[in-house]
Amino acid sequence: MTMAIPSFTVETRTRASTLSAMAVIALLLLAFAAPFIVSRGVIQDLFFILTMLVLAQNWNLLAGYAGLISVGQQAFVGFGAYTMFGAVILFGVDPVVAILIAGLFSVALAIPTAFFTFRLYGPYFAIGTWVVAEVVRLLLAQWKALGGGTGTSLPREATREMIGVNMMRDLFGMKASEAGDALTYWLALILVIATVGFIYGLLRSKQGLGLAAVRDNEQAARAVGVDARRMKTLVYLATAFITGIAGALIYVQKARISPDAAFSVTDWTAYVIFIVVIGGIGTIEGPILGVIIFFLLQNLLADFGSWYLLMLGLLGIAIMLFAPRGLWGLFSDRTGIQLFPVRRVLKGGPLNLTHKGGPHG
Amino acid sequence: MNWLDTILQGVLLGGLYALFAAGLSLVFGIMRLVNLAHGDLIVLAAFLILVLVTTLGLNPFISALVAMPLMFAIGWALQYFLLNRTLGKDILPPLLVTFGLSIVIQNGLLEGFSADSRRVFAGSIESASVNLGPVTAGIMPLMTFFSAVAVIVGLNQLIYRTSVGRAFRATSDDPVTAGLMGIRPQRIFAMATGLAMVVVTIAALYLGTRANFDPTSGPSRLIYAFEAVIIGGLGSLWGTLAGGIILGVAQTVGAAINPEWQILAGHLAFLGVLLFKPRGLFPRAVD
Repeated sequence: MTMAIPSFTVETRTRASTLSAMAVIALLLLAFAAPFIVSRGVIQDLFFILTMLVLAQNWNLLAGYAGLISVGQQAFVGFGAYTMFGAVILFGVDPVVAILIAGLFSVALAIPTAFFTFRLYGPYFAIGTWVVAEVVRLLLAQWKALGGGTGTSLPREATREMIGVNMMRDLFGMKASEAGDALTYWLALILVIATVGFIYGLLRSKQGLGLAAVRDNEQAARAVGVDARRMKTLVYLATAFITGIAGALIYVQKARISPDAAFSVTDWTAYVIFIVVIGGIGTIEGPILGVIIFFLLQNLLADFGSWYLLMLGLLGIAIMLFAPRGLWGLFSDRTGIQLFPVRRVLKGGPLNLTHKGGPHG
Repeated sequence: MNWLDTILQGVLLGGLYALFAAGLSLVFGIMRLVNLAHGDLIVLAAFLILVLVTTLGLNPFISALVAMPLMFAIGWALQYFLLNRTLGKDILPPLLVTFGLSIVIQNGLLEGFSADSRRVFAGSIESASVNLGPVTAGIMPLMTFFSAVAVIVGLNQLIYRTSVGRAFRATSDDPVTAGLMGIRPQRIFAMATGLAMVVVTIAALYLGTRANFDPTSGPSRLIYAFEAVIIGGLGSLWGTLAGGIILGVAQTVGAAINPEWQILAGHLAFLGVLLFKPRGLFPRAVD
């Protein structure tokens, strides 16, 4: 008597993910319509949330998936922003085009940076990235054409005549400043979709599986043929590209730059780390939850000045000690809900394997 | 003649950087922990000395002596109750917890002391100098340098000559086996961090009397300490002193060419060493 061998399928989809996919599409349609519905102040807040989310997703990909704990991502925010300013002010490039150029220049900066910092062992890599950010800041502070140490502003005409602004004025009857805010907001929204889509796609691909293997056990992963160093380098360059674009976009909206602000550890790295840690490191949902909590805390506690940062630091420490996978990790462990499932689940066959294995593949 | 003076000042400044770095190096050597709050703890100790000087009217050197046991206790408790929980195979928890701690200390100091630049005044000794043939050197920079040498000699004696040092080395090599021999790694780690905080207090004394500091000065002290450690090579305290000297000389030479280049020149020297000798100039540790 032979037993029929049941057929196996490997799936990552869960019921919650199908529902969430539909909810996400509805939410995105609403988000695209937002400039026609809500006030300019709300759009600026949403822009802040979206750009912080991009930075957080990138840092999460670096630290949570590739094991590259960087405290120097402000290097790419600042360098992207300065590249955009340089292209606009010195070469008269349109700011929207300059944002893309900024991404490419950030990759160009990331190549020598990786060459230096990848020589440093684990925790020292973190400080190494910080040194690089300091070097870039000090060098750009010497660049007198872009205001040196005190910084400079984008010319008004540049932002008023950005690609799309005139069209939006004619089509929707917006004022130039309104149209500028709506445009940067839409670009931020597109950047969020592209970033999350890229990370989700990467983690579900063969490369993503290799990345998770490297993170969980580098030696074992190398033994089965995963090129750990190449994977890490690719992730580092990809996040430099997106972070540079995000930095340039943020500074198109700010329209005023100085080396200390553009390379601020607090604004572009400490906040980002707290967002990821509080939300849940090593998940795509974590930074989304984290950025919402971060925004609410900032609005509630903004008047308390340094107390606010002090509490954020204590909250980060407490979460790292007692719930290292963050608030989303707590929620997901209790409910089993995953909105962006990357865990591979074996379906069919005699064994119920749905609850075995590590958290992410 | 001028160049000789610049280099001498750089060497003496290197003593300060070696003092910044010795504590970092000690803690890393024993428990593979990189404390991102190290620079902020130096600034915290400097504020502690400042408070003792201003409220009790003590001499800065006496204040530092009083601050040492306090900082030892802070370091011991910090390690025993907080950082020991983060140690393990994963390097993420200790890095993120100490990064959080750095933000907490900075903002706590901002709240307590405002963002004003402070300085510890040591009296007439500050401006005193000795004539060394073609160059003159300040008494304070000389004391900084010789304190760094003394700290390194002392730490080396402690690590290689005493039973505590043997426990340090055993725990560093293999905490589980050391535990079987009756050593409690948790306490050894706490002791090591406490000791590192005593060195931090000495560093803080010379930081506070040499130049202005404010609550946000910590991160750059961490970076200098880190650069000195990496230039010298992991695991060697004398290497750390050499690393500090190279960093100090690079900075003073850079500053002599153009004052805006001081910090940048130090960073470039560090990157240069990383480029040609990725394991540092005098590496000892295998990792």
